[in-house]
Amino acid sequence: MAKKITFVQGNEACALGAMYAGLDFYAGYPITPSTEIAETLAVTMPAAGKKFIQMEDEISSMCAIIGASLTGNKVLTATSGPGFSLMQEALGYAVMAEIPCVVVNVQRGGPSTGNPTHVSQGDVNQARWGTHGDHSIVALSASNHQDVFRMTVEAFNIAEIYRTPVILLFDEVIGHMREKLIVPEEGEIPLVARLRTSLKEGVNYHPYLPREDGRLPMSDFGDVHRFNVTGLYHDMWGFPTDKPELVQDLLRHQINKIENNVHKMTFYKSYFLEDARTVLISYGSAARSALSVVKQRRNRGESIGLLELNTIWPFPAELVRECTQHADLVAVVEMNVGQLTQSVRLAVGDQQEVHLINRVDGQMIIDKDIKKILRILQGRGI
Amino acid sequence: MDVKYYLRERFFPHLWCAGCGHGIVLNALIRAVDSLAIKKKDMVMVSGIGCSSRISGYVDFHSLHTLHGRALAFATGVKLSKPSLNVIVPMGDGDALAIGGNHFIHAARRNINITALVMNNRTYGMTGGQFSPLSGVGTKATTAPYMNIDREFDTVELASAAGATFVARTTVYHVKQLQSMLKKAIKHDGFSVLEVLTQCPTYFGRKNRKGSAVDMMNNYRDTTVPIGSDKKKENPELIERGIFVDKNLPEYCQAYADLVERASA
Repeated sequence: MAKKITFVQGNEACALGAMYAGLDFYAGYPITPSTEIAETLAVTMPAAGKKFIQMEDEISSMCAIIGASLTGNKVLTATSGPGFSLMQEALGYAVMAEIPCVVVNVQRGGPSTGNPTHVSQGDVNQARWGTHGDHSIVALSASNHQDVFRMTVEAFNIAEIYRTPVILLFDEVIGHMREKLIVPEEGEIPLVARLRTSLKEGVNYHPYLPREDGRLPMSDFGDVHRFNVTGLYHDMWGFPTDKPELVQDLLRHQINKIENNVHKMTFYKSYFLEDARTVLISYGSAARSALSVVKQRRNRGESIGLLELNTIWPFPAELVRECTQHADLVAVVEMNVGQLTQSVRLAVGDQQEVHLINRVDGQMIIDKDIKKILRILQGRGI
Repeated sequence: MDVKYYLRERFFPHLWCAGCGHGIVLNALIRAVDSLAIKKKDMVMVSGIGCSSRISGYVDFHSLHTLHGRALAFATGVKLSKPSLNVIVPMGDGDALAIGGNHFIHAARRNINITALVMNNRTYGMTGGQFSPLSGVGTKATTAPYMNIDREFDTVELASAAGATFVARTTVYHVKQLQSMLKKAIKHDGFSVLEVLTQCPTYFGRKNRKGSAVDMMNNYRDTTVPIGSDKKKENPELIERGIFVDKNLPEYCQAYADLVERASA
């Protein structure tokens, strides 16, 4: 079969990826610059017999997908900064109750209403710490539509494997830019189905008792096993508890299932890093410009490379350390005041200074912006 | 009937105070479900946060104890994704109509087949007796020590105006009526709202000198009348009990199924 080649917006690529992953249920609320995801799914989902609902706000959208996940569905919502803020409480619920779900945040300028139609990467740390309480989270990113599609599918897979919410952290440029997308054939990207309990009716099913491999088989609402789901700390039955040892065990379990598997969910791309003395680290649309600079400079013989992170959270600290240990200069290219730079600094420690190359005026950072700052950092004048 | 068949005894003792009306609601609910012969595996109870919301843990249904005010939003996801399930959403007055007010009116507007049970004790019990949007002017609460100046919602009028296709009110004194209304509300094909006046002797009662739980229940007997009663004409202060709205309009999940047919044609 010939490959299906399309020319689409990033938001459409995300919607296509979600359908490929087996999306069953979408709930959302219109917001720039993510709306095309909902608009695309409003056409494709009903035609495929899937459920699409426009809710009254982003709070209810996030709640509705959690409810729908519990009846055994793959679920999605998509939003941008202000809506993402509204979703934070329910996102924490999905962490606590261990509900597989995927949340897209097509980033725009904030805080508040901010710069709705312009690009930003200002929600990196909101994705990490937006909901209250100690927790871990998974957030993926992409700089081109092939990766938008791929990461969307991986988001659904990770959500199912680890029973966790997964955030797709795109940005306005990626969301609205049009470029080629070769839609993968069926089976080309493996899909993870929901792990359901094999226990028969009448046998006690514990919804929160991990198997030896750490995974928790689920049972759909409406199926024979009836259990309680709560945002309170709970025991293996899902019943609320405040017993100190159970509280601590559950908190540790929820964090460890992510942090102990960082390597399994780290997606990245490395460009010319083998001998790079200058290492750029970037993600999302900023990584396109960083790659352009790296290619231009490589052509002129400079030993410069790029580490593009597709996994933002959990932060792949080991990978970043390995890629930067022989570098003379490390710089993070991002469109915020240094949100990921902080994590890179923590990862590389005192050995090395980590510089920030950024732009925070709502305009996409381009190769010229990066080169200008690189010249200064490399002591080559302004 | 065997009430215990429907209870999760592991969860007991329940956390409600002595004299609380919520247990009467639980009892009536179980009897209603039993008499409708609905299988436990086809029942989902979705609740929010508050004393009333703990009811979902006590019943042996699929139970989803969620966030303050958001139960109807979670329930919408459950119901639309699997319309064959019976979804009941018990809420307190603050849960349903303060923090959850927006979800309440929109669920009513959609006419999605969910049973919303507003257990109205006119206070926030779980947090210790603050005033709610149903406390009313002149009542006292820990956050209204000089008497409340906030006007109250009328749950029935609000639900009716928002488009609920079944709207009823009763009290925990009128247990038989409560049971029969619950049955009707669950059977109704559309969004149904049942407001149940239920006493909180611990906070609302104490702050407002309403006496014991028994006094408060007797008060429901004395201050409520059936819809259309002559007494109400003489004394407009009396609260009407009964079914205010019961009509058939397109139900949301069915409308969605029709939409899917159009889309795939």
